Amino acid sequence: MRDIGIVSYGSYIPRHRIKTEVIASVWGKDGATISRGLGINEKSVPSIDQDTATISVEAARSALKRCAIDPQDIGAIYIGSESHPYAVKPTGTIVGEAIGATPDLMVADYEFACKAGTAGVQSCIALVKADMIKYGLAVGADTSQAAPGDALEFSASAGGAALLMGGDNVVATINHTCSFTTDTPDFWRRAERKYPSHGGRFTGTPAYFKHITSCATNLMQKVDTKPEDYDYAIFHQPNGKFPVSIAKKLGFTYNQIKQGLIVPYIGNTYSGASLVGLASVLDVAKPGERIFLTSYGSGAGSDGFDITVTDKIAELARDNAPTVAQMIEDKEYVDYGTYAKLTDLLYWE
Amino acid sequence: MRDVAVIGVGLTKFGELWDRSFRQLITEAGSKAILDANIGGKDIDAMYIGSMSSGRFVGQEHVGALVADASGFSHLNIPATRVEGACASGGLAVREGYLSIASGMNDMVVVGGVEKMNDVGGNFATETLVTAADQEWEAFFGVTFPGLYAMIAKRHMHEYGTTKEQLAQVAVKNHANGALNPYAQYQREITLEQALNATMVACPLGLLDCSPVTDGAASVVLCAAEKAKDFTNKPVKIIASGQGSDTLALHSRRDICTLDATVHAAKMAYKQANLTPSDIDLAEVHDCFTIAEICAIEDLGFVEKGQGGKAVENKITTLDGSLPVNTSGGLKSKGHPVGATGVAQIVEVVQQLQGESDKRQVKDARIGMAHNIGGSGATCTVHILEAM
Amino acid sequence: MAGGVARFWREIPQRYNIIGNKCGSCERVFFPPREACPHCRRKSLGKMEDMKLSGKGEIVTYTIIHVGPKAFEEQIPYPVAIIKLKEGPRITAQIVDCDIDDVKIGMKVENTFRRIQEDGYTGAIYYGYKFKPVTG
Repeated sequence: MRDIGIVSYGSYIPRHRIKTEVIASVWGKDGATISRGLGINEKSVPSIDQDTATISVEAARSALKRCAIDPQDIGAIYIGSESHPYAVKPTGTIVGEAIGATPDLMVADYEFACKAGTAGVQSCIALVKADMIKYGLAVGADTSQAAPGDALEFSASAGGAALLMGGDNVVATINHTCSFTTDTPDFWRRAERKYPSHGGRFTGTPAYFKHITSCATNLMQKVDTKPEDYDYAIFHQPNGKFPVSIAKKLGFTYNQIKQGLIVPYIGNTYSGASLVGLASVLDVAKPGERIFLTSYGSGAGSDGFDITVTDKIAELARDNAPTVAQMIEDKEYVDYGTYAKLTDLLYWE
Repeated sequence: MRDVAVIGVGLTKFGELWDRSFRQLITEAGSKAILDANIGGKDIDAMYIGSMSSGRFVGQEHVGALVADASGFSHLNIPATRVEGACASGGLAVREGYLSIASGMNDMVVVGGVEKMNDVGGNFATETLVTAADQEWEAFFGVTFPGLYAMIAKRHMHEYGTTKEQLAQVAVKNHANGALNPYAQYQREITLEQALNATMVACPLGLLDCSPVTDGAASVVLCAAEKAKDFTNKPVKIIASGQGSDTLALHSRRDICTLDATVHAAKMAYKQANLTPSDIDLAEVHDCFTIAEICAIEDLGFVEKGQGGKAVENKITTLDGSLPVNTSGGLKSKGHPVGATGVAQIVEVVQQLQGESDKRQVKDARIGMAHNIGGSGATCTVHILEAM
Repeated sequence: MAGGVARFWREIPQRYNIIGNKCGSCERVFFPPREACPHCRRKSLGKMEDMKLSGKGEIVTYTIIHVGPKAFEEQIPYPVAIIKLKEGPRITAQIVDCDIDDVKIGMKVENTFRRIQEDGYTGAIYYGYKFKPVTG
């Protein structure tokens, strides 16, 4: 059985931050309470010249800086996002051009709320397995928007990660992947509308928890593992509470999810969330360690991955690009007015 | 090659002239010059018009023909040509007119420069001015026209220790001169404090380091020197015409603080006239920004490279100095209707050499220079004139 | 300029990947690419070779723009610099990811991928290079 999995990875988090308490005070709410309740202290904010395309390019370039592969050998690129710069015209071609992977390349943009990135990973695995491509690049990135005054304003942030998948020089093998999908309208955004809508508390039990639980359980059944077989676990992180809660429910410890839990510092990067969490784990992972990843995307579905880190991770030049921890620390705070300018809340023509 | 003289000059007021159109401005300047020269329409062999961007400012190209028409000369069917070199369009028009007579092709030409900048909004005017720079590799990436000269200033300060005060002194000097010029856009003095504290435009240049947006026109009548005295008793000879070019983008220059186009054009001119910088009694130089005057007096050889900042405090370029610069008020105070500037500079030099400059008169002015720049230094014309 | 995309498309290799060219005769490097080397002139015709530049350089001079064009209004005040690239050519670009007070002549910078402009809310988006301080 050929070893198929992650050949390299990269991520990018914009530098601006806004604190939960700053947003809260604008709406007459108590920041400390909200911070505690959501498990989010601050979130990342893109600068005016950044978007999903620029974030995807940074993450992809970081992935390439860490390994020695020729971008011309990349046969497919899938960018998953809820905030593609164009509704029609793919982000993937911009990324493909910017990393020198064009023109012999399959490209498509994906959307599946917060799990569009992991969906791209599954496609790349399949294409490598079918020997149709040598390497595939899957990116999950977003500059997610939230309606001013809505609860989501505290968590919707910007960031992304890229995984380079292949069958040679694999630093982390994907032993198995599976998904659990239903038509569940927990959170959505209609075409032409600027901000999403959601079903309030409906986004919990019947949505996030049901799909992650089912997917995770199925996955562990298929590969015959238990939570304690894993060194790290990453779950989709829309806030700091849900992943802690689901981990507990499934039998994982806080220590297992800690490294991948970044939402308290940068908010929910939507399509980037699970993958940036994975990048944070790969920044420190050692050969032989096992990783459990289950993403979640509203609408709804979960993608699960059982991953084993190989010896080759020691050869990956992880220092050639910033780690998630470094990018979390490289920050600059903005006030609400600046945040409004940067996230285009003050639309005028 | 034969000698060429200026036998008449004309100027409109420079400023925000809401009542005056492009056609009205150039016709006014042209008729004044023609009357001053005592010539008839039949005497004119050709017209040369300098205008940087009539296309964008008034939506009109083909202005050579337009100006001949507006001036009433269409039925004479004379050659009428528009000349363009960004902010050096006026100087280039003068040079083309000069060359056509020096070569023997024409005996008498009318040269005009005109720009009508206020028929468009301020933002659009700024975006139009930056077409003098490299559109694709400078302007597209966010640099503005003041930004380019600001980068020259920053480098000049870094290499030679030039200070913001020294930049401000140029503005103060030119406003003091402009206050004495009834045609100037701004006829009021400013203080050093005002210049230093003005709104920042592009660090270190503030609002008072920058020439304004202006409407205006200027015109001169040129004829073969041997015929000049038939028309006027105070002709002024153009004893040299130099021109130079350089890379369009500032980032491609050999040395960011030196406008090689100026050095080249000046060398050409000094050689033709058999003169050195110390022979020049006064100069109109292209002070689109205060730093531009500082670089200009260095590149024209009036002072050593890097010493330009001290010229005002050392009383070299002041009105009562050893080599007065921009007695008209310069672009800063007189105004900068882009295409008109190069021609207006000739008007000032001619009037100085004729003793007609009233309160701005430089004593014993015999040899004057006009220096006109396009963009951040990609084009330059230098003309030297001498009282006949 | 609505709808006029051809020129911006042609320049993608330059704006995305800083692809210049090298004179096959004297080895001088140019950005943006030139049709002919100004030093070798006719000897260089047909001998110019595409070359991807490293994107690393240092600031030669800069300014902070306080009055800017409409397309950059939301970024004011922003630094713009002339950067001398490692391979020789100089380039004009915005400086990002640092305090405007920290921009200095001599600062080492490297290129990053950002939105430069867009043709209004309905037009195409033009991506390209800006430069940020080298970290570490």
